[in-house]
Amino acid sequence: MQLTLWTYEGPSHIGAIRVAAAMTGVHFVLHAPQGDSYADLLFTMIERGQKRPPVTYTSFQGRELATNTSELFKTAARDAIERYKPQALLVGSSCTAELIQDDTGGLARAMNLPIPVVPVELSAFMRKENWGANETFYQLVRALAGPHVPPPGTPRPARAPGQRPRCNLLGATSLGFRHRDDVTEIARLLDRIGIDVNVAAPLGASPADLARLGDADFNVVLYPEVAGAAAEWLKRSFGQPAVTTVPLGIGATLDFIREVATLAGIDPAQALAHVPSRLPWYSRSVDSNYLTGKRVFVFGDATHAIGAARVAAKELGFTVVGLGTYSREQARDVREAAKLYGIEALITDDYLEVEAKVAEAQPDLVLGTQMERHVAKRLGVPCAVISAPVHVQDFPARYAPQLGFEGANVLFDTWIHPLMMGLEEHLLTMFRHDFEFHEEAAPSHLGRGAAQAAERPADPVAVAAAPAVVTDTSGPVSAPVATGEIVPVWTADAEKELLKVPFFVRGKARRNTERFARERGLAQITVEALYDAKANVGR
Amino acid sequence: MGCDDSAVLRERGQREVFCGLAPIVWLHRKIQDAFFLVVGSRTCAHLIQSAAGVMIFAEPRFATAIIEERDLAGRADANAELDRIVTRLLERRPDIKMLFLVGSCPSEVIKLDLDLAADRLMRTVGTGVRIVHFSGSGLETTFSQGEDACLTALVPHLPAAEAGAGRSLLVVGSLAEVVEGQLQRLLEGLGIERVRFFPPRSSDDLPPVGPDTVVLLAHPFLATTARSLEARGATRVSAPFPLGAEGTTLWLKAAADAFGVAPERFEAVTAPAAARAKMALDRYREELSGKKIFFFPDSQIEIPLARFLSRELGMELAEVGTPYLNRQMIAPELALLPSGTRLSEGQDLERQLDRCRADHPDLVVCGLGLANPFEAEGIATKWSIELLFTPIQGYDQAGDLAELFARPLLRRSRLVELAPCN
Ligand code: SF4
Repeated sequence: MQLTLWTYEGPSHIGAIRVAAAMTGVHFVLHAPQGDSYADLLFTMIERGQKRPPVTYTSFQGRELATNTSELFKTAARDAIERYKPQALLVGSSCTAELIQDDTGGLARAMNLPIPVVPVELSAFMRKENWGANETFYQLVRALAGPHVPPPGTPRPARAPGQRPRCNLLGATSLGFRHRDDVTEIARLLDRIGIDVNVAAPLGASPADLARLGDADFNVVLYPEVAGAAAEWLKRSFGQPAVTTVPLGIGATLDFIREVATLAGIDPAQALAHVPSRLPWYSRSVDSNYLTGKRVFVFGDATHAIGAARVAAKELGFTVVGLGTYSREQARDVREAAKLYGIEALITDDYLEVEAKVAEAQPDLVLGTQMERHVAKRLGVPCAVISAPVHVQDFPARYAPQLGFEGANVLFDTWIHPLMMGLEEHLLTMFRHDFEFHEEAAPSHLGRGAAQAAERPADPVAVAAAPAVVTDTSGPVSAPVATGEIVPVWTADAEKELLKVPFFVRGKARRNTERFARERGLAQITVEALYDAKANVGR
Repeated sequence: MGCDDSAVLRERGQREVFCGLAPIVWLHRKIQDAFFLVVGSRTCAHLIQSAAGVMIFAEPRFATAIIEERDLAGRADANAELDRIVTRLLERRPDIKMLFLVGSCPSEVIKLDLDLAADRLMRTVGTGVRIVHFSGSGLETTFSQGEDACLTALVPHLPAAEAGAGRSLLVVGSLAEVVEGQLQRLLEGLGIERVRFFPPRSSDDLPPVGPDTVVLLAHPFLATTARSLEARGATRVSAPFPLGAEGTTLWLKAAADAFGVAPERFEAVTAPAAARAKMALDRYREELSGKKIFFFPDSQIEIPLARFLSRELGMELAEVGTPYLNRQMIAPELALLPSGTRLSEGQDLERQLDRCRADHPDLVVCGLGLANPFEAEGIATKWSIELLFTPIQGYDQAGDLAELFARPLLRRSRLVELAPCN
């Protein structure tokens, strides 16, 4: 058993629904008790879906357990086909149904349905959301493209003369972090360099589209979490190589173009010569000097965390002081990436552990999920969101991809915005005794109340689900801090000196000095100790 | 007037409702020194997280002990694992005075005995902590029935009322603080001095119960709690529920009658508040009167709401769905519904959606999963969950309650320059 206060990933069947809901012409019959239908609200409220996801929940009840849950499943499957007329039927079990051991795949097959039936085993007590999406997409691809696999050893047919190379764009799902816009952006990028998209899937694809995945020359895997297994299978079955560089940031996008061009057999020179993004110039502009060495803590799904760390370090000049993921399946890749920055990766799905590590690292900026946004807020550190799990705010009305050149623009804006603007920072320091720059005068772009908000101990936020709840959020009961060490005391002079430190770094200065004093076993913090600490810790 | 049995449509099929775990979202805020530990799966954890709409508290007072493969395969002893988790939790949170072990579908199917676990843990780790089990499993409970199960589990822990202490009134069901205050003032005004609310805000303030206790339910979904209180000698008085001016008056009247309050006094105490409520309702009558409303089943408060909207605001009832129709609890409400109202119990989602579309209602009351799809079809909706998270009971909330239904319609009348959706 595992104690969980909050989870980054939902259960594996949520991953399956994300794939089904992304596609057209697929219906998912999920053997599950009534309460599991809550999943619908994620799609209709967070993503603002105009339709319910294509799922029928069998809604079995306690008194049916001993008798006829399998009949119930069959009726549900039959009714769903009649009503929705899908091209393919996905069937599976949620956690409770897995325990009652109805073989949904077997039951559905025995019904001799007129359409392909794709059973998926979701291992609810072992696996989580991303794994479920990956497995479901793989099973759908195998079932639908499988009949078109050429005999082993068949060479790939050569492209007709004059025909542009084609690739599949794999991995985007419903409830993915900016997946919708990423697909548009990368399809445009490919078009510009002379490559057509054969099929983009799961998002926007039908079962018939999956059946013709084999027509492409190669695959582009946008999110390995979702499309990894399917891409592997396509490689084995159709001999399609896969591009695995995720084009997050300028450097990765350029790598991506080179990789794609090699596979497509085209010359990338032109595409590489012109970079339609403002990030390179903005990052070189003198104003960005203040970004140098900002300490950044990165946490998210593996794809976004690895990509974000690269952009942070190599395109914005930050120092990566933390890198981690909740995706255990990709832990190895994240560990490798962390080595590049001389740090150890944090692999955990316990947000309290992430919080502790963030606090310890004392970053200037956190790039994380909605959870880290809360953690950062509690710690008074700026934060930008880079990864799922998603929140209604992660579906902006405007076009806001993360990938490709436009994605790089979006990254620059969204990451830099929460930081103190360079000039503003200098001015605040220079004029800190001016009445307008008193303690609460947070940078204008953070809006009124930013300073107070940072101090609030508990900060529940509403997903779209139930904003009403948020009105009633008195403070939580916090756990007592383990004590036992000496707590150094500030002398009056040192306190006064501390006030001369600009307020937006004062908290950090206080923490650093106290830590320094504790490490040295100092009972008192004097002005001397304050400056000793400054010299030792640096900025 | 009056609705009888014959009109009830009983349905069985796909359901679109929460399970009994969802009330933890409000119960944990109500009983402020209690912790709710669900023993279940990742699904259960995700459900509460999603239903709450609350991403996280610094230290939330609910959590899930997620059953894993090794617990099922016998590689770990589920009971020992649970003990380990509870011990750690209580060490970490010395502020917790009451721990609820909440059963789920998975814990029920694998037959994990949480009653036994609660007893065992009380003996081993429970110094000063009361450990109580109830089930919120979707196999047995629908949404608000989770509160019924929770309160039922607390009934044996209520102290016995002292003999000869005199009669007292016990208001059962969680209410917002502001509502409790208002009702308490009214009841005291009637001369009913000993009024207690259940559940209490603090677990060491459990109200006493005994033969001198008069029970008045604040919500219709508390049938089992009522029965357990009766088993401890209490007397339940039956009444419509305190929604709207009329509902609140009839509810107070039931209490007044049980305590022999003189009609003049009742009139003097309630009339000003009732008049205020009616005035507040007048503002919304024009908007709502004659509009057709359709209720999807959710929390069992659909029937009292329908009664309020039809009688006090002149709305037309297309269908009133309820997950479960407890005839005994709801009889005074049914008597007030227009005769021939189409009631449905249980759910067959797709069929109900068909009926709803055919009815062309002006407003649909439904869960979060259905609301946006209806809006996209051009049908205005009211989220049912808001009716549980917002103070709506009593005279001084009657206007707010009406406003919740009027707002979606008013909003539509303002948005006159929008292009069609894409
Ligand atoms: S319906 Fe059952 S399995 Fe699903 S969330 Fe509720 S208790 Fe857990």
